[in-house]
Amino acid sequence: MAICGPKLSLCGVILSVWGIIQLSFMGIFYYFHSVALAEDLPGLNKEMSPEEFYLEVDKGYMQNAYNCWIAACLYIITLAFSGHQFWVNSRSSLRV
Amino acid sequence: MGSLFRSEEMNLCQLFLQSEAAYACVSELGELGLVQFRDLNPDVNAFQRKFVNEVRRCDEMERKLRYLEKEIKKDGIPMLDTGENPEAPQPREMIDLEATFEKLENELREVNQNAEALKRNFLELTELKQILRKTQVFFDEMADSAREEEQVTLLGEEGLRAGGQALKLGFVAGVILRERIPAFERMLWRACRGNVFLRQAEIETPLEDPSTGDQVFKSVFIIFFQGDQLKTRVKKICEGFRATLYPCPEAPADRREMAMGVMTRIEDLNTVLGQTQDHRHRVLVAAAKNIKNWFVKVRKIKAIYHTLNLFNLDVTQKCLIAECWVPVLDIENIQLALRRGTERSGSSVPPILNRMETCEDPPTYNHTNKFTSAFQALIDSYGIASYREMNPAPYTIITFPFLFAVMFGDLGHGTIMALFGLWMILKEKPLAAKKSDSEIWNIFFGGRYIIFLMGLFSMYTGAIYNDIFSKSFNIFGSAWSVNLNSTGELDKELTLNPSKSDYGPSPYPFGLDPVWQLAENKIIFQNAYKMKISIIFGVFHMLFGVVMSLFNHMYFKNKLSIICEFIPQLIFLCFLFLYMVLLMFLKWMIYFATDDERLVEYSPHCAPSILITFINMVLQKPSHPPEPCQTANMYDGQTAIQDLLVYIAILCIPWMLLAKPIYIIHYQKKMNYSASHQQMQTATENGDAEQPMHNNTMHGGGGGGPGAGHQEEETSEMFIHQGIHTIEYVLGSVSHTASYLRLWALSLAHAQLSEVLWTMVLSKGLIVQGFQGGIALYITFAIWASLTLAILVLMEGLSAFLHTLRLHWVEFQSKFYSGVGHAFQPFSFEIILDSASQAPEE
Repeated sequence: MAICGPKLSLCGVILSVWGIIQLSFMGIFYYFHSVALAEDLPGLNKEMSPEEFYLEVDKGYMQNAYNCWIAACLYIITLAFSGHQFWVNSRSSLRV
Repeated sequence: MGSLFRSEEMNLCQLFLQSEAAYACVSELGELGLVQFRDLNPDVNAFQRKFVNEVRRCDEMERKLRYLEKEIKKDGIPMLDTGENPEAPQPREMIDLEATFEKLENELREVNQNAEALKRNFLELTELKQILRKTQVFFDEMADSAREEEQVTLLGEEGLRAGGQALKLGFVAGVILRERIPAFERMLWRACRGNVFLRQAEIETPLEDPSTGDQVFKSVFIIFFQGDQLKTRVKKICEGFRATLYPCPEAPADRREMAMGVMTRIEDLNTVLGQTQDHRHRVLVAAAKNIKNWFVKVRKIKAIYHTLNLFNLDVTQKCLIAECWVPVLDIENIQLALRRGTERSGSSVPPILNRMETCEDPPTYNHTNKFTSAFQALIDSYGIASYREMNPAPYTIITFPFLFAVMFGDLGHGTIMALFGLWMILKEKPLAAKKSDSEIWNIFFGGRYIIFLMGLFSMYTGAIYNDIFSKSFNIFGSAWSVNLNSTGELDKELTLNPSKSDYGPSPYPFGLDPVWQLAENKIIFQNAYKMKISIIFGVFHMLFGVVMSLFNHMYFKNKLSIICEFIPQLIFLCFLFLYMVLLMFLKWMIYFATDDERLVEYSPHCAPSILITFINMVLQKPSHPPEPCQTANMYDGQTAIQDLLVYIAILCIPWMLLAKPIYIIHYQKKMNYSASHQQMQTATENGDAEQPMHNNTMHGGGGGGPGAGHQEEETSEMFIHQGIHTIEYVLGSVSHTASYLRLWALSLAHAQLSEVLWTMVLSKGLIVQGFQGGIALYITFAIWASLTLAILVLMEGLSAFLHTLRLHWVEFQSKFYSGVGHAFQPFSFEIILDSASQAPEE
């Protein structure tokens, strides 16, 4: 059953492969508290005391690591779906 | 295999071919594709040439093939393209081919004609069927309302009042295009003053127009009227509106009978039509198997005869004489091909290939392979190299991706680009076989090796800039640490200052320290570095170009140009701009970050600006150091050395401007003098000296006037030419050096744009709190990824590519490359077939 066309499903495959690789790596980097990603942490403001701040940063790192992995998993689902679509499309084009 | 450094050595050759063997030999040469024939009868027009008949026959065959192809495409039959390359058939096979095509075409035309006639017939019958059906409805309506004849209902009261006179109503029925109905109705009303009655009904199913094959909608109409005059008028109007009238019997029984007849005839026609279609399909399927093959054959024959038309006929009519440009290294191959051709034609006399001396400029031919051809194409689109000139292509293979990467430095974007290039390279054969018509795709595919290299180099520079999608990797551990400031607190903004104790003992081992990514003063720091780097690259790139001109002069044994152009150019560039580069290195080495009062001389505070130093050096202005510093110089005696360098560089300008023309004038005078001196001597030695000498002087005097004028013009032209060159070089050195700053500017723009994209899009997904952040990230990542691809990789890549191209064409090649040659256009079947198959699709 083909829902997407051949081009859209190819786009989906490429995007999800890229997403899985990059997001799982980003998850790992967040997990290990990478400084380069410190600017993109949730729930920070500059008025906090240092202890609060560090606590919040640690929480944010873990949260973002999990979020990255969640998004990577969503892309695995996307990959499975668009890969299946791509397979269906290529098979149907072969049959004709 | 020739070298890529210069174009191939070419030779003009004369080729004697025996008439019988000529066809086979040319066919072999066409397969080889290494020979460029010259037109030996340029004055003869195309219709008077020897093989015009054959060419015309080929044209005719090609026309028939195109007709066949059109019909095949119309029926949607797949054409078999095996990609095989049949040899050009023998001339006698041409007749067979012609006969085959003739038969096929005639058959097809006949079938088509029959089909069209049948279809027209079919259309008429269907229309008649519709008329009978629809009019039946009209008549039935009337029959229902009254048992009497139809005119009673139509004429109503008036008919009855007319008394005993039998009012007989006539009618015509027909079919008309639906869009004509309103106009038709109005016309009838006006022309017949409302005395006719029109009924119409639409035919629901579209009908096929047999001549055009379009689907058209039509309507059935029936017109009632009284009297013959109205009848003729109505018929004329119908004719005018291209309506088709059909006879429609008045009695219901006749109508029923007719309908039955029509139905059976339609049935019969359908079977016949089906058979005709089947036959047509069979013919076309058979043709589709061979059509590509035939096209190749016919095109080859045509190309051969076109080439033979360029040849000269010997007086004895026994042999054909051709002149051709031939790469010297490939003469062996050509001889072999000629021998094969002779053997094939069964002729006993071998063809003769004769080298000729000529003063014409030979064409430029570079042996390229699939890797180098893309780079050669970049050079050739600026201008074809002059014959045996230094070819910039081999250096471009390295410098082009490198300069591109300086502007496009990002590990992530570089990886995407390299993967795309790598995919195209790995899938080279299937992709090349596909032969897409999309122009953009073809450009990408043609430049697949360039794209791959650009991607790899960008990955390298991205690693040096420590930039991957605007983030940094911290692999070796940053050399910086964040300490408390003087008030005992952390700074709100992270500003890196190397003179404080924040900076560790040893620098980051590879590339930029990752912590700069987060620093507020990142751009200031990077600008200083990238600007200097771009100028350094630029000066070396230009210097390399100037050195290339030395090789050109040496090859062409142009000693004068070495002394009067190359040396002053080199001195000018080195003494001004290479010196500036040296100052940059000096500044990097001497000065360091410190707050120590005792070392203030070596602190950033006292470090002179390179640009200001350079400007002051050229303008001869003294530099004023800021307060605590003692001097604006980097080393002792700097002012004196700088002055010396500037004076010598300025001296180079008149040297470039005047030395060459003056020398040439001087040389010419000497030559003139010695020539006339010799003439005088021979004259006096002659027996009857008086007369001829007198004659000579008279002649010389007479001819001297215009000759001298000509010479004067030439020398003034020479001065102007040299002046333009000198000005171009001197001003160019300044503006070109500045032009290399685009390396820095684009690199900065790229880095900033990717950072903006990250913070504006992906970051929005990352700062969502809680686990719904995962879903937000999923969505923002898709947007971010597509924007990255479209804006940063595609658009920024294109702009960096164009800037790199400009740096090569203008800044680099203007130093040595004249590019006024003409390309070698060999007679090759491959090229001819490619262009022929491209042409009809456009």
